[in-house]
Amino acid sequence: MIEFTNISKTYRVAKRQAGMKNAVKSFFSREYNDIHALKDVSFTIGDGEMVGYIGPNGAGKSTTIKIMCGVLTPDDGVCVVNGRIPYRERVRHVREIGVVFGQRSQLWWDVPVIDSFDLIRDIYRVEETRYRKNVAELTELLDLGEILKTPVRTLSLGQRMRCEIAASLLHDPDVLFLDEPTIGLDALSKFAVRSFIRRLNTERGTTVVLTTHDMQDIEALTERVLLIGRGQILLDGRLGDLKKQIFGKKIMEIVYQGPLPALHEKMTHVESHPERLTVSFDPEAFPVPAAIAWFAANTELLDVSVTDLSTEELVAALYKEYRL
Amino acid sequence: MRLYLNYFLMELKSQMQYKTSFFLTMFGQFLTSFTTFFGIRFLFDRIYGIDDFTYGQVLLCFSVVMMSFSLGEMAGGGLAVFPDLLRGGELDRILVRPRSILLQVIMPNMDFSRLGLLAQAMIVLGAAVPASGVVWTLPNVLVLVLMVLCGSVVFFCLFLLFATAAFFTVQSLNFLDIFTYGMRDFGRYPLSVYGEGVLRFLTFVIPLALIQYYPLLYLLGRKDNALYALAPLFALLFVIPSVLFYRAGLRNYKSTGS
Repeated sequence: MIEFTNISKTYRVAKRQAGMKNAVKSFFSREYNDIHALKDVSFTIGDGEMVGYIGPNGAGKSTTIKIMCGVLTPDDGVCVVNGRIPYRERVRHVREIGVVFGQRSQLWWDVPVIDSFDLIRDIYRVEETRYRKNVAELTELLDLGEILKTPVRTLSLGQRMRCEIAASLLHDPDVLFLDEPTIGLDALSKFAVRSFIRRLNTERGTTVVLTTHDMQDIEALTERVLLIGRGQILLDGRLGDLKKQIFGKKIMEIVYQGPLPALHEKMTHVESHPERLTVSFDPEAFPVPAAIAWFAANTELLDVSVTDLSTEELVAALYKEYRL
Repeated sequence: MRLYLNYFLMELKSQMQYKTSFFLTMFGQFLTSFTTFFGIRFLFDRIYGIDDFTYGQVLLCFSVVMMSFSLGEMAGGGLAVFPDLLRGGELDRILVRPRSILLQVIMPNMDFSRLGLLAQAMIVLGAAVPASGVVWTLPNVLVLVLMVLCGSVVFFCLFLLFATAAFFTVQSLNFLDIFTYGMRDFGRYPLSVYGEGVLRFLTFVIPLALIQYYPLLYLLGRKDNALYALAPLFALLFVIPSVLFYRAGLRNYKSTGS
């Protein structure tokens, strides 16, 4: 259980202008800018939940994760994870969580992966039998077999990320924090990482909190989405509901022959290329069969495809709506 | 403890990988600080005493401070990576591990080439022990050990303070070197030679005199108050402000974006 109550965090950043004169000036008197990374943020994440945390760069995602991990102390408010305040009882807290920072490695660069695992075993004081079992299990699930004996520096990014995730799970954490776990991975590796995370959540019941810019991560993994922007939680809900609520429209693309067909008054023009047209409409007011019938009557229709708004577009629409 | 031993061994191993470099650095350390030893040697060719301390007595100071410093630096010198850890955001990784932060920073950054300095300090001590004119009774030997051990704690704290400053400013603060390396150089002579003001500063602010000047007076039989013998223990109080400052720094930690 993660409870975030009225958390605020402000960074003070010295204002600087370019140039020698200003450098000298700033030496004597400095002006500061307050950057409100988080403003009065509250939410609760239950045990076994899988939550996607999205927002543009600089919205406060990392700050939130870091507070939950006990790395940062909030200026105001209380964060409680599994009954503990992370930044007060750091050592006991971090023993029960796993953290993957997508852009920062926790493995030792020059030694084989398994040596890093051994050291992590000692760091977390994992019992030998449990450790062996976990390594065997993770090796199988993440397909690490050959990789384990390779020095980290020679691994590909995808291989390394799989090792990172395994490394963060050796001590059976109750909560797993993933900060951009699929950043820079190829399609196959992303797929492997996602399906593993899903399994972890359903089979072990591990609570997963994940930040990402990859909307497919969100789509594939999370039921619940938290949207943060300018230091505030803007939306909290299920992905499907969000789609319906924010943008309950259907997108229809048709391929036709001949001149551009006229649009029905309930359709909105999205995009058109020669012999290809994309429109959107609200299916409540104007059902899909009616739309197909409309085009069938007005042009020589060759092909039709109907889609929901993609998550990517949804998020772009959200960012725009909230002016992020 | 096994963990720290592993950290330690991993580091020793990787430093030993570059054998020639390891021994050359050690030798270099040995040599450079030996010049300062000769400095004292030649000085005493011309004069008989500094501020009524003889050659042997100055050597005793020199070796005690050298030993303290080399021990303190072997552990604390690694803290110099702190600013880099902060800038690179690697401290985050350290913070999410259920172990002491300081040990996680110190252990992988031990610098064993400092052993050269330690060896040299021991040689000088070997020369100073008979030449100082101290009667080496058991209590006196214990006082000497106390001087070295508490001294290394003081030096370690200086390195800690230096590293902690990185929490408050991103720039490196090289002028703070005077409090670490400068203290080592200061400590070569009995601290009273620098005058009353400096002595007071080095008693109450940075307690270098507590591990050097006062117990030295006891060893030389000039003071027989037990407080002088136990002065190094009072120097340990220096740990308190150092740790408080370090804690405050940690609270002030801002982390870097990812």
